[in-house]
Amino acid sequence: MSFQYFYSQAIEEATARYAKEQQKQNRPFYYAGGTEILTLRRLNIIYPKAVIDIKHIPACNIYKLHEDYLVLGSALSLTEIEEKNFFPLLSDVSTEIADHTARNKITFGGNICGQIFYREAILPLLLTDSLLVFAKDQHLRTELIHDVFDEQLLLQEGELFIQAFVEKKYLAAPYVTIKKRKQWTVGYPLLTIAALKIDSRIRVAISGLCAFPFRSTSLEEVLNQPNQTREEKIAAALKTIAFPILDDVEGSSEYRLFVLQNLLDEVLEQLEEK
Amino acid sequence: MKQKPNKIVLELMINGEKREVVVTQDKTLLSTLRDELYLTGAKPGCYNGDCGACTVLMDNKPMKSCLMLSIEAAKFSITTIEGLKDAPIQQAFIEEFAFQCGYCTPGFIMNCHGLCLAKPEATEEEIQKWLSSNICRCTSYEEIEKAVKKTLALYQKGEQR
Repeated sequence: MSFQYFYSQAIEEATARYAKEQQKQNRPFYYAGGTEILTLRRLNIIYPKAVIDIKHIPACNIYKLHEDYLVLGSALSLTEIEEKNFFPLLSDVSTEIADHTARNKITFGGNICGQIFYREAILPLLLTDSLLVFAKDQHLRTELIHDVFDEQLLLQEGELFIQAFVEKKYLAAPYVTIKKRKQWTVGYPLLTIAALKIDSRIRVAISGLCAFPFRSTSLEEVLNQPNQTREEKIAAALKTIAFPILDDVEGSSEYRLFVLQNLLDEVLEQLEEK
Repeated sequence: MKQKPNKIVLELMINGEKREVVVTQDKTLLSTLRDELYLTGAKPGCYNGDCGACTVLMDNKPMKSCLMLSIEAAKFSITTIEGLKDAPIQQAFIEEFAFQCGYCTPGFIMNCHGLCLAKPEATEEEIQKWLSSNICRCTSYEEIEKAVKKTLALYQKGEQR
C-alpha cells in the first residue's frame, strides 16, 4: 500500500495535517530524514498511509546559541551537527551513528524519536539536563528531558519534537564518549557510553546495554563516591543496573557487562582527574 | 509539482537534464532512477541504507537513493554514475584495479567523487570515515583507498581535469 506525502513549511501546518490524517485513520508519521520509516515500512513493521515532511520547517532547522543555551532543531542532519560542532560531545556521539552517507540524511530528532533502540543522540541530552520543545495543534510545550524521557521520548499522539535547548555551561565540559562494535570500527553498535564531568561530578549515559538508552543516577552516585578505588566503584556501579541486559547476536549479556566494565574504567581514567 | 490522486508529476534535475516522471508518492529515488529513467548505474543492494551500492550525489553530497523518496529529490541537482563522464576517480579506479565483480563500484565511485569535491585535502581519518559508508564483498578496499588518494593528489595539484 502506498502512502501520501505531505510537505510542511510551518509547525501548525504539520500538526494540523497530522490531526487530519489521524482522523482519517491514515496512520500518519512525521517524516524528516525518513531513513527508519522507509526501512521499517519495507520490512512491514509499520504501515503509514501518510507521511508529513517536517524538515523544511525553519524552527526544526535551527542551530544557534541563544542567551544561555545552544538551540538544536530536530530536523538537523547528523552531518550538520558534526560540522557545526558547537557541542563537541553531541558531535562525537553523532559521528558514530550509522555511516557518513547515512548521516547526511538521518536527523537528530529522527534518531531520538526512532523505534530502533540505540537512539544514541539522546545520550548528550540526558547528560546535560536539556529542555525539549514539542508542538501539538496550536500549542507548544517545553519540558525537562527527565520528565519526558522514560526508555523513550514520551510524545503524545500527534506531538512533534521541535527543538532541544542545551545550557552553554555544558558545551565545554570535559567529556568522554566511546562506541564499541562487535567487530572493527564499522557495523551495528554493541555499546555506547557518553560521560561528562560538571560541578566535579561525573555523569554517565549508556546505549546498547538494555533495550533502551538511559542515564542512571544510582550508577553515577557510586562512581562519584570518594575514598573508593576505581575497581570498587566499577563493581558497585555494575550492581546498580536494574534493567534486563540485552542478550543477542551482537553480544551476550555477560559480554556486554564485561565491555561496560572496561568502558567505565576508561571513563574514570579520563575524567576523574579533570 | 502537480498532484494527481495517487501519483505525482515530478521534475527531476538529473545529470544536468530536466526529466519529468510520474511516480507514486512513496517511490524511492532508486526505483525511479532504475525503473522510470533506466539509469541503472545506481545498484539495489540491501535497500536498507547499509551497503551504499545505490549512492548518488544530491547537490554533490552523497546520499543513499534507497532511503530517499523521489519527491524529496525534486529540489536537488542529482548526479548518478552515468553523469560523471570520465571523472578522475573513474580513471583511478581502472588504474588501481579497484574493483572485482564491480557491483558496488558505482556507489563507491559516487561517494569517492563526492569526497574529492567536498574535501580535496581529506585526511586519512576523513577518507576512512567517508568510505565506511560502502561495502565491497570482494574486499577491494585497499585498491579503492589507493584510487581515492591518487585522485585527491590530482585535486590538490589542481590537475583534476
